[in-house]
Amino acid sequence: MLDGPSVAAALKSCGVTHVVWIPDTELGAWNAALSATDGLSLVRVCREGEAFALAAGLWLGGRKPIVAVQCTGFFEAGDALRNVLFDMKIPLFMIVGVRSYYAHQQGATPDTCPVFTEPIVSAWQIPYAVLDNRSSPDDLANAYRHCQAEQRARAVLIAE
Amino acid sequence: MPMTQRQALEVLLHHRTNRVVITTMSSAGIWPQLSDTPLDFTYIPSAMGHGPSLGLGLALAQPDRGVIVVNGDGCQLMSLGNLVTTAHHPANLFVIILDNGHYEVTGGQPHAGAGHVDYAAIARGAGVQRVYSFTTLADWVAGASTALANPGPVVIHLLVDALMGQKTPKPPRLMAEQIRRLREALGVA
Ligand SMILES: [Mg+2]
Repeated sequence: MLDGPSVAAALKSCGVTHVVWIPDTELGAWNAALSATDGLSLVRVCREGEAFALAAGLWLGGRKPIVAVQCTGFFEAGDALRNVLFDMKIPLFMIVGVRSYYAHQQGATPDTCPVFTEPIVSAWQIPYAVLDNRSSPDDLANAYRHCQAEQRARAVLIAE
Repeated sequence: MPMTQRQALEVLLHHRTNRVVITTMSSAGIWPQLSDTPLDFTYIPSAMGHGPSLGLGLALAQPDRGVIVVNGDGCQLMSLGNLVTTAHHPANLFVIILDNGHYEVTGGQPHAGAGHVDYAAIARGAGVQRVYSFTTLADWVAGASTALANPGPVVIHLLVDALMGQKTPKPPRLMAEQIRRLREALGVA
């Protein structure tokens, strides 16, 4: 189970310095813990494309940022992530909230977010894992470490 | 009469000190002719409109260094919200908006709001406290030292001539090489 304190602790243990984000309902519950963690800066942006470019700047300057957004913002940020991941080749780690993931599995929502999130993450050639309510903070930390070891961008999709 | 972009950048050259200069679109075609050190970063290929965000991240990562981003008006309009983000996370970031009312790198077509947008007012409204606007070369020459003094964030609006029929600028070197030498100069490679 991922909650604010466990996510903040996992990211800190990995050496992450900045979380550049626009929260959704699920990620938003991490706000207090992420804000209160020493050595971890929460950077609030206005639109998700900004998040990718700002994280790229942090990385150029020697920091270890990640991006955390909802899938809706991930869709919006396509050109920015293309530039950061493929023109600049920055091994950025992303947390992407998938709205209505569980409801979609049960056929209980008209929300099209879950229909498109995984195909679009795949289309951008980003390796990913889905973290659901059986996942642990170690799963998150391991995904980040995998990203760093490979020096290749990677995402975790948070089932919501 | 507005200044040319080249004149505007020549003034900047005298005041940039050891700060990183990130150029986008039209300015990226001119700046490497004036300065081409490892601290000069030509943001090509770019993500449209995101030069200031890239610069903000770098300025937050390197608080003692300072970063100047030369942005186009069309670029700024694509991500006006980054001015709010800049105001919210104070850093030594200087965003220069070259206002010619056109998308120049596509040959010269007017953009929405050409001639009507008040970039300085937008920056102030976004919460940026140090905002300057210069509409003549003489005023920019006289005011550049003050405008480009620390601390940031600072937004500087410059009214410049529009050039028609320009070609899309090419970067002086590949992105991987630009990144390598910038990070080396910053001591983070
Ligand atoms: Mg323009």
